[in-house]
Amino acid sequence: MKRALSPAETPQVGRSLPRLESWLKVTGRAEYVHNLRLPGMLYGRIFRSSVAHGRIRRLDVSAAQAVGGVHRVVSAADLKGIVPDPYYGPAFHDQPVLAVDKVRYVGEPVAVVLAADPHVAEEAAHLIVAEYEELPAVYDELEAMTSKAIVHDALKPAGTFPDLKHLKGRTGTNVALDFHLRRGDAAQALAAADRVFEHRFRTQQVMHTPLEPLVSVAESTDSSLTIHTASQSPSFVRIEVARLLGWPENRIRVRVPFLGGGFGAKLYIKLEALVAVLSLLTRRAVKISLTMEEQFFTITKHASSFRIKSGVTRDGRICARECEVWWNGGAYADIGPRVTQKSGFTAAGPYDIEHVAIDSYALYTNLPPAGALRGFGIPQLVWAYECHTDMMARELGIDPIEFRRRNLLRDGRPQATGTLMRDAAIEKVLDRLAVLLEWNRPFDRGTGVVRRGRGIAIGFKACVSPTTSLAAVNVNGDGSCIVYCSTVDMGQGSDTAMAQIAGEVLHLPAETVRVVHSDTDVTPYDMATLGSRSLFHMGNAVKLAAEDALKKLNQLKSELQMPPDAAIPEIFKKKYGMQAGNVVGTGSFIPSYAPPDYATGLTSDATPFWMVGGSGVEIEVDTETGRVRVARLVNVADVGTPINPKIVETQLSGAAIMQLGFTLFEKMLFDEHGQLRNASLAEYKIPGFLDMPEEIINEAVSAEQRSGPFGAKGVGETGTFGVSPAIANAIHDAVGVRLTVLPLNPESIFMELQKAK
Amino acid sequence: MRRSIQFRLNGEAVSAQVAPHETLVEVLQDAFGLFGARESCGQGLCGCCTVVVNGRAVSGCLYLASFAEGGEVSTIEAGSRLDAVQEAFIECGSLQCGFCTPGFILMTRQLLEEHPEPDDDTIRHYLSGNLCRCAAYPQIIEAVKLAARKMRQT
Repeated sequence: MKRALSPAETPQVGRSLPRLESWLKVTGRAEYVHNLRLPGMLYGRIFRSSVAHGRIRRLDVSAAQAVGGVHRVVSAADLKGIVPDPYYGPAFHDQPVLAVDKVRYVGEPVAVVLAADPHVAEEAAHLIVAEYEELPAVYDELEAMTSKAIVHDALKPAGTFPDLKHLKGRTGTNVALDFHLRRGDAAQALAAADRVFEHRFRTQQVMHTPLEPLVSVAESTDSSLTIHTASQSPSFVRIEVARLLGWPENRIRVRVPFLGGGFGAKLYIKLEALVAVLSLLTRRAVKISLTMEEQFFTITKHASSFRIKSGVTRDGRICARECEVWWNGGAYADIGPRVTQKSGFTAAGPYDIEHVAIDSYALYTNLPPAGALRGFGIPQLVWAYECHTDMMARELGIDPIEFRRRNLLRDGRPQATGTLMRDAAIEKVLDRLAVLLEWNRPFDRGTGVVRRGRGIAIGFKACVSPTTSLAAVNVNGDGSCIVYCSTVDMGQGSDTAMAQIAGEVLHLPAETVRVVHSDTDVTPYDMATLGSRSLFHMGNAVKLAAEDALKKLNQLKSELQMPPDAAIPEIFKKKYGMQAGNVVGTGSFIPSYAPPDYATGLTSDATPFWMVGGSGVEIEVDTETGRVRVARLVNVADVGTPINPKIVETQLSGAAIMQLGFTLFEKMLFDEHGQLRNASLAEYKIPGFLDMPEEIINEAVSAEQRSGPFGAKGVGETGTFGVSPAIANAIHDAVGVRLTVLPLNPESIFMELQKAK
Repeated sequence: MRRSIQFRLNGEAVSAQVAPHETLVEVLQDAFGLFGARESCGQGLCGCCTVVVNGRAVSGCLYLASFAEGGEVSTIEAGSRLDAVQEAFIECGSLQCGFCTPGFILMTRQLLEEHPEPDDDTIRHYLSGNLCRCAAYPQIIEAVKLAARKMRQT
């Protein structure tokens, strides 16, 4: 089909254009690493630890090696020649490619069987025998603070982070990072407050569950390595694999097609280092596809504990707040220390509080590692501070919305770090929630065994900073346009958004813009697709690149003495004598940033933008079974000015429904030996059609992020913020019991109802 | 161990060498390069592996390829033009990462054959065996209804 290349008559930004790749996805043709087969490829099957903490005394792979069709069985000892120091990670170099001497959680990779037939590899992996000398283990984040069981003998922070340097070589501790913020004098203000409230909250460990399980393929020659991987961070994969191998970056190529879901599971390095060394070891292409079960042993969301204490004045103003947060990071730090700090500094919530003290701790335990999951720690914090807010409001006899309104952090006021709030429509979000919930109208409270209640919650997030995005925009001889960027489209619609941004600048219909997928040989550096950063950072880079291309085209026009309205193909024809050549615009974007003071956590420039999200619910509680039915779920957010309103709506809706699973039922269940008991979709349920609220309303308030591309900012996580506390607040409203531990499943609600009788 | 089986695949007579333990999804992917049906949970609980065999949707990750012998197998790749269901999924923004989408589309076709004018409750129950972690459920309900309208009009 020949597409029109005429200048777009309508603006491209603000169009609810269907995703560019829609046809590929509805016909089953979209490219995923899942689909990739290479000639001579071997499949790897991982043999995993069966103990939570132990020294490997014996590893017998002889029976596995003897199985017909097995190419090779590989353990850590085989990797030494290729990777002298086989430890990786974004914050700490603590995670071995395969377990070295010790295992630190049940499910940790110990060995890999390679075979051309994946069934052979699987069968052989069952024949590996490992013997361990078991060591004391620790599973709880609070116990890990003082436990005698120490997960890592010495801490190994990556050299790139100045705020982790003091932890280098530290022994006898499970604290991977301690972050502290001190604003004013919270202790003194609490002592002077009219009322003081203190509560404790917990969240459970859950898993991302992308439906395309983690998968990576590597192929190699004597001097080059290509990794095809379902990764949200191709640039980081290249840097980290190059570091492990001691190679220059240009010998490593990382390619990423579409992802079948990410949600933070596919960040940093997961399987990439392993398939890389296996390919170098065997000189064959090697693929490892995790099963759904194995994903539970790879990356999860932090369980957490939170102690929060607030002082309130007689007129309902919060004057002081103390927050202590403990993050259960599991056996390897992954990005946990960053969650601890970058989310930790918002632990006091979107409120204007003069005296704040925050202590946030990343803990090692003997559980599967925890990282980022759609919110980067924010949902855990909002869960606590928004339940706390409601509990105070009800104690004080103030309407929960009115109590929040009295204390909101308004534009121009300093957040706890001291950074001034800008373009954060917190009050608007709260106001729209109240309107959409018809908060001031009489509410049906139910009868008999079914009681009805409603609740709200709002949260905010500081986008992680500082991070860099680069992009290139290529205008071809016929005037068509290609965008090169390393943002990964994992379902959030980034290809479409980037095409709309480039199209807006170049006056081209977004449908005609082609976006090249991440390939480190081709697409420039990008920090990663995470934390709702891409639309803002990469969007700005693409906009700059398109503007640069436009500038170069205009220069050409004037050099060639062509009229300003000359068509692009005519410029190239005049310049090169035929349809030839191209113009490449480049753009790079890094926002301003000031690191927090180490002692006080204060900074004047903590983040390039704030995300604001709130949810309100109307629920029914069956007092005989403890079951909650969500009748209405309202999500309101400040996303700046949407580039694609329809995609924004589906992002808000999808995030909120995902959080509904984390709120009502999802939970990884461990026994007393640290063995996960429900590592399958049969026993770990994620939301399906029958878990949907009767009604869902999503709204982006009218807002503008002035520093964002065409006023836009990120949205991927915003819908998650308020869901959990809104439901707990509604349960309290309905039946008068207060739950402080997630999930809010029928069993725990029923038990609380029994206690209250 | 391997034996030859014959069946019709998307309207075409084909044969394949299959081992007794191989599933239909494996054979579609490895022998025919069809990747629209894909294994995710591996337990028949998510619907990503949906394939239509003899007119009924099955979980292709559990359905042994040998059982397809002599049968009629149809996948999301069948046909060269989009049908009303596929068009509706695009128009309603009912897909995000796309990994579950083929399964939902095949089940929606079957749903609309049995219930040409389904209400919300029928849709929810009929599609409850398909999971979408991106949670495009509200938009999928819209698409099912739009597809039903499109099909009635033609």
